[in-house]
Amino acid sequence: MNWTKKDLLGIRELSKEEILLILDTAESFKDISKREVKKVPTLRGKTVITLFYEPSTRTRVSFEIAAKRLSADTINVSANTSSYVKGETLKDTAKNLESMQPDVIVIRHEMPGAPHMLSKIVNSSVINGGDGAHEHPTQALLDMFTMREKKGRIDGLKIAIIGDIAHSRVARSNIFALKNFDTEIICCGPPTMIPPYLEDLGVRVEYNINKAVKNADVIMMLRIQKERGGVSYIPSINEYSTIYGLKQDHVKKAKNDVIIMHPGPMNRGVEITGEVADGPYSVILDQVENGVAVRMAVLFLLTGSEA
Amino acid sequence: MKILIKKGRVIDPRNGIDEVLDVYVNGGFIEKIDKHIREKDHDVEIIDADGLIVAPGLIDVHVHLREPGYEYKESIKTGTMAAVKGGFTTVVCMANTNPVNDNKSVTEYIMKQSKAEGACRVFPCGAITKGLKGIELAEIGEMFEAGIIAISDDGKSVRNSELLRKALEYTKLFGIPVISHCEDEDLSKGFVHEGKASIISGIDAVPSIAEEIIVKRDMALAEYVGSPIHLTHLSAKGSVDSVREVKKRFKKVTCDTCPHYFTLTDEETLSFDTNTKVNPPLRSKEDVEAIKEGLRNGSIDIIATDHAPHDFTSKDVEFNIATSGISGLETAFSLSLALVHEGVLDLSGLLRKFTEAPAKAFKLPYGELKPGSAADIIIFDPAARWTVDRNAFISKGKNTPFHGRKLRGKNLLTIVGGKIVYREKTP
Ligand SMILES: [Zn+2]
Repeated sequence: MNWTKKDLLGIRELSKEEILLILDTAESFKDISKREVKKVPTLRGKTVITLFYEPSTRTRVSFEIAAKRLSADTINVSANTSSYVKGETLKDTAKNLESMQPDVIVIRHEMPGAPHMLSKIVNSSVINGGDGAHEHPTQALLDMFTMREKKGRIDGLKIAIIGDIAHSRVARSNIFALKNFDTEIICCGPPTMIPPYLEDLGVRVEYNINKAVKNADVIMMLRIQKERGGVSYIPSINEYSTIYGLKQDHVKKAKNDVIIMHPGPMNRGVEITGEVADGPYSVILDQVENGVAVRMAVLFLLTGSEA
Repeated sequence: MKILIKKGRVIDPRNGIDEVLDVYVNGGFIEKIDKHIREKDHDVEIIDADGLIVAPGLIDVHVHLREPGYEYKESIKTGTMAAVKGGFTTVVCMANTNPVNDNKSVTEYIMKQSKAEGACRVFPCGAITKGLKGIELAEIGEMFEAGIIAISDDGKSVRNSELLRKALEYTKLFGIPVISHCEDEDLSKGFVHEGKASIISGIDAVPSIAEEIIVKRDMALAEYVGSPIHLTHLSAKGSVDSVREVKKRFKKVTCDTCPHYFTLTDEETLSFDTNTKVNPPLRSKEDVEAIKEGLRNGSIDIIATDHAPHDFTSKDVEFNIATSGISGLETAFSLSLALVHEGVLDLSGLLRKFTEAPAKAFKLPYGELKPGSAADIIIFDPAARWTVDRNAFISKGKNTPFHGRKLRGKNLLTIVGGKIVYREKTP
């Protein structure tokens, strides 16, 4: 199949075939990162702008490395909401950037829908690098890539997603992605962090972490978003870590070959103990590595480049 | 000016009229309604209404005319021109202007400006509290002397129950209702309805209970005090249920909903189109069905527009920071006619929601057709098909989620006080 979309705004817009196309393409790019010269000329002459309204070193750097390994020129634009105060709207910024003729704009924004708005303004391809609590499609793709790599399949997996589901774009995108496959998804967290109607997305809700991780093939931990007032949903970080922090005991309840995932950055000792994060089941660093390959694949497909 | 409307199907719920009749207008009033009225003079404008419906001019109890202070969004002139195009001959304008209509000089300004430039009748709604701040009562008596017909802090609910109680007590002196915008501030820190769509979009959401809780509280206070209360722009099933329950014993409760709450669901917000952002938010399919049922069974008395015009830039931003509201005057009646086409209401029942019911709730001497009454009349074609084009709006507010929508039924001619103030140009 061929890629036909101008943008990557969310997983929800993707078909199963499109998801698989990205994963398969990423497979072929993963090797490049292992070569001595980690660079191919595929995107030479193309320009990729990363427009980040929220600070995120890891996602921005991952996109930047992905673009550079494909020989694209990259430009980082850090904006913040204070530009609203100065009177410059996302629309103004977008129009300014557009006049510089970029091929791709990667946008991270604290408000849901901002990438969708941007895509209507600019001719460039737009990649959603995370919009509020809405979507983070490349994260979900790299998570699936890692699952498939470690488990050899996606179908048939039992996946426990644990933490602040309500405010997590990672959880949402993963749910949208995994629902395309024959998977069982269990969402677990304090009731204040599980939004009502979540089951309408076809997932099971479980408040007890011991029950959630039982026989899981994948345990996906989420970060407590301290900067988003996440703390007001629970009595204390301390209590949260006591009840919902992932410990060795929990891992034992899962399948023997369980993998532990985390989108990072981790609050060590809060949602996950250091022991588990650095333990044999953890694939957290593989996720980071695969992130580059998946983003290379997305950039490649969106720019319609010839391999 | 004399007008003779010939052969229209005259429908007036208040006086139980529904038959083909002629209507003779003279000097601002209806002089005669009869089977065949012969033209007496040669200076009479004769309007052939054969195949069309002749009804009392519509009354909208909830509009934002934005003047004074936000004339770039709307003015009394443009807002009332939009009103008469939509079939409204009387509008009640909310107090959240700048300055706020919380004292008689602002009320007087609105009254004066409406008389000078308004295309239809305008009745201001005064604020309940000074500056809409919810701290102390506005000068309700002085505003009443100047012309207000109700009070409301619309845009927000009066958070302090004791203060709302005082407002309900104080208005007894003037016999005007309190209009309640039902929204619990603490529960409504969001921009869309809390439901499946918000779970998908990740937009901060407002649960229906944020409305329902205040509906219950405000009715309880009104009942305790014994004062009339009008609950505006109801959107949730639970609200309709409570109103129905309380109305069984307490008769001074009235309420309205708006066309978007029985036409659109929260699924529309998945587009991130800021024109779908309203307050209260578009609700679930179940709520929409309950609103329709409430209109059918009489729990909901009135259809209002909550006409909330905004300038282009207020909507051309990210969803979260866009302003809330729909420019509704020019589409409301046509959207509501869908209720008739769907069989929810008959024509007379629908017209009651726009004429008799609002006139009764707000003690306005309009909304009926009988000899001696003011000649506020519309002529519409319930079958005319047309497509909403926001660029053709008279209102300065082009903010509508209905742009491009095909509708059935349209107002063709509007008479206010015996003068033709709007006439559809047919090519
Ligand atoms: Zn309101």
